[in-house]
Amino acid sequence: MYATVLFTLGFGASALWRCLSVRLGLTILYFIFPFAFKGLVIMRNDMFSMLRRSPFCIQQARKAVLGFGMLFACLLIFATALPKGAMAYSDEELRIVAEGLNAKSATTKIKVIEEMAADGDPRVAPILRAMLEGDLYVRESDEHIVITRKQGKVYTHIDIVSGEEVGESGSGEISKIKVNNRLRGVLRDALATLNLFSPDLTTRTNAVEQIMDARDPAMLPLLLRAIDREENETLLARMELARATMALAAGETTEERLAAIEVLSSETTPQIRAVLSQFVASAEAEGYEPEVVAAAEDALESVEGRLSTWQTVGDVYRGISLGSVLLLAAVGLAITFGVMGVINMAHGEMIMIGAYTTFMVQQALGSFLPSGSAWSLVISVPAAFLVAGAVGVVIERCVIRFLYGRPLETLLATWGVSLVLQQAIRTIFGATNQQVTAPDFMSGAIEFSTGLVLTYNRLWIILFSIIVVAGIAAVLRYTAFGLQMRAVTQNRRMAGSVGIRTGYVDALTFGLGSGIAGIAGVALSQISNVSPNLGQTYIIDSFMVVVFGGVGNLWGTVLGAFSLGIVNKFLEPMAGAVLAKIFVLIALILFIQKRPKGLFALKGRAVEA
Amino acid sequence: MNKKLQALIGAGAMAVSAMAMSAAQAAETIKVGVLHSLSGTMAISETTLKDTVLMLVDDLNKNGGLLGKQVEAVVVDPASDWPLFAEKARELIEQEQVDVVFGCWTSVSRKSVLLVFEELNSMLFYPVQYEGEESSRNVFYTGAAPNQQAIPAVDYLMSEDGGSAERIVLLGTDYVYPRTTNKILRSYLNGKGISDEDIMENYTPFGHSDWQSIVADVKAFASAGKKTAVVSTINGDANVPFYKELANQGIKAEDIPVVAFSVGEEELAGIDTAPLVGHLAAWNYFQSVESDANSAFIEKWHAFIGDESRVTNDPMEATYIGFNMWKQAVEQAGTTDVDAVRQAMYGQEVANLTGGTAVMNTNHHLSKPVLIGEVQDDGQFDIVWETEGTVVGDAWSDFLPESAKLTADWTYPWVCGNCEKPMY
Repeated sequence: MYATVLFTLGFGASALWRCLSVRLGLTILYFIFPFAFKGLVIMRNDMFSMLRRSPFCIQQARKAVLGFGMLFACLLIFATALPKGAMAYSDEELRIVAEGLNAKSATTKIKVIEEMAADGDPRVAPILRAMLEGDLYVRESDEHIVITRKQGKVYTHIDIVSGEEVGESGSGEISKIKVNNRLRGVLRDALATLNLFSPDLTTRTNAVEQIMDARDPAMLPLLLRAIDREENETLLARMELARATMALAAGETTEERLAAIEVLSSETTPQIRAVLSQFVASAEAEGYEPEVVAAAEDALESVEGRLSTWQTVGDVYRGISLGSVLLLAAVGLAITFGVMGVINMAHGEMIMIGAYTTFMVQQALGSFLPSGSAWSLVISVPAAFLVAGAVGVVIERCVIRFLYGRPLETLLATWGVSLVLQQAIRTIFGATNQQVTAPDFMSGAIEFSTGLVLTYNRLWIILFSIIVVAGIAAVLRYTAFGLQMRAVTQNRRMAGSVGIRTGYVDALTFGLGSGIAGIAGVALSQISNVSPNLGQTYIIDSFMVVVFGGVGNLWGTVLGAFSLGIVNKFLEPMAGAVLAKIFVLIALILFIQKRPKGLFALKGRAVEA
Repeated sequence: MNKKLQALIGAGAMAVSAMAMSAAQAAETIKVGVLHSLSGTMAISETTLKDTVLMLVDDLNKNGGLLGKQVEAVVVDPASDWPLFAEKARELIEQEQVDVVFGCWTSVSRKSVLLVFEELNSMLFYPVQYEGEESSRNVFYTGAAPNQQAIPAVDYLMSEDGGSAERIVLLGTDYVYPRTTNKILRSYLNGKGISDEDIMENYTPFGHSDWQSIVADVKAFASAGKKTAVVSTINGDANVPFYKELANQGIKAEDIPVVAFSVGEEELAGIDTAPLVGHLAAWNYFQSVESDANSAFIEKWHAFIGDESRVTNDPMEATYIGFNMWKQAVEQAGTTDVDAVRQAMYGQEVANLTGGTAVMNTNHHLSKPVLIGEVQDDGQFDIVWETEGTVVGDAWSDFLPESAKLTADWTYPWVCGNCEKPMY
């Protein structure tokens, strides 16, 4: 822009000089700008009428005026163009430009967004961010664009120019500025370029990551400018990496490309793999140098090797996570089926009851004590244990105790109970899913740049399952009830004859197993639907785990759950989810043929009991 | 024991006399069968449709009934059990003598009742989007065929506004609807220049709850540099854990948009939708459509069900259209006789809830508009795209070579659901 000013100034001056030195040259410009200076030409006719006697000088004077006119016009154009370049909008301009965001077509909106982002006005970023998050509205009373903050049903309006609150309304008086996915992408890129120079380090870091994802060569000059200014070492390294991803294809010389490959090869992310493989794939068409292509191929290979290690780590983690879910679902069954020998088909419904208890606790907390809703899961755990445990005791007392020693009848009876429970829940709560919201500490994930994602809800569930199993083990090992329970399962008549009330112990044991299923329901409500069918999803898996691990053995259940989980997750990417399930089932059947009592068979007298 | 026996016999006798009474009443009323699962896996979706039919019947009776008679809904519960659907259909037609049946959701249940309806020459209105490749003389399909849902949806994904997707992931539950739809989509995408290596297809069992690996796979597939989108034909219960996993793994709609064909307002009711804003669904109806007919319908629904928080969805609109078309056809034919009503059905027009009119074509499919909506944080959809005018439902897909040559037309001279040449 400064160059333009200098050029224009020089131009005007030289025109004067030409008038004096009697030389032609500006005639061409006279033809280029005839329209812009029509008014000027008329003026000239009056101004120079006195010089009419000297036609030559008039001609030169005309050119001189034209020269100055040029200068003036260029300055004028420059002045109007100025706000678009570097200077901030005036209040009124910002309001007018922002109105373009409410345009009908997405293409117009994109133009406006890009124009605003290029401006560098600090007020632009909050506007674009609000638009991205769906908080930008048009107020219908005065057609002003406002950022809103929603609290309950009230929207507080914030003026885009002053940044101050300017009133509030319900949803009826404002209309949302619509965004679609294409616009969201543009908005995020625009924000990234704005945020690249933000004083806040995290904002800058996010902006760099965004640029790295977008890999738009148009952002390169901006990135280079940011690199010059950046002082933080770690971020600088990320910026260099981002630059390398773009320089690979956009680089000019062999050295530049080789340097870019060098930087890229030390990284382990799926994006880098994509950059390199795209480069290698397009090598022939673009005619890159052979040594560059060879280097890129080497780099690609090493990145891929490291990524596949991470892939395995991911598979193991996902397997453990699935295992922990299976463990939670099965551990209650390990007690009722494993210890008591009751084939409890209603076990899944105990899980469901636990999940519905969580829903009820959340509803109750939400209406009585809104501030405590984050604690709802903590309260749900004992509540679900008690509710499901109580239902378990009732089932044991009313149905199962008449059927001990008759597995087939127990199976049928408990299956009937499960149908009754499902339909009861359906009648009370309706057939549709209920929403159990996740507390903040269970939402989101830890993301590694290598593509591995550890979601918080799964991490908590893994931890939770370990705690539950440890708790059960402690109850069995260290409490009087645990001792009595083991005594009754080992030898019922002997236990009875030393004064243990076996019926009472039976009921409590079944209650314990059911209660633990209820606790599992609390955890599963976080990852699954809370619907009347919840239990059915897990019943088969639970039996598989218990049978595989060895009936009557808690550690067998733990090992069974985790090994089934991991095997499943390793098979899934290869064979697909459906086939993986079938393979696991077939393997299990073969295994049971070989070892009918599972991984850890009980030995000694307990077997006969 | 004796008393119990007596009581049983008494109850039995009462039941018999009650049946006799209802048979006597049959002459006075027009009977409408409702064949939707009220228990089992599909109850979650189908219960709502049962209530919709009951509401429509109730409404019709308040306005003086049909042909001067009251309309009576006969509700049975096939319990999400596919063979039981056929038994219950037979019961409705033979014992209850219903004049028409509204029912079924899954394709497998429709296939199981198809033979019963053809054998007994009765009439079924099927209100759910499905895979096409079928046209029965005895079924009217008021849901979307693939060309009224799947094809426009991928067109949108590949358009500039939809994000210009170049790689497509086809995720589905492992049964006939997703497999057929994806077969059609694959051949359509190939025709559009998307090669097989840019298409990933994955199937999961019903009720799949552990989506970690698949979502991670999708992420890896999308990291190859080309813009990727997911087309989901995941059905029923599996959707909630799928969307929860998407949200937790931080997949944003602007990076990898997911367009779903089986997820509507009702399915979203169990999820916190704030992290899902921008993901898409393709339907012929959304609750958020602003029209007088729609607000009246929603108001009526809330009043009938007694719960302001209940949502409306596409299969409900399809039921509404089907029911009203049948009503008009009966009025036009002056009888509930199946053959007469069928003839009157062709060309029957009913105003859509979204504006415009739905027309019944001679291939037993509707002409309807197609809408694409974006999930909003309140669990509703915001319409981002819609077809200009209506799309004619296509029974046989043009994108499968073996079906492209088949025609479904139940009027003279074709009179056939799957012929290459007219019958007459």
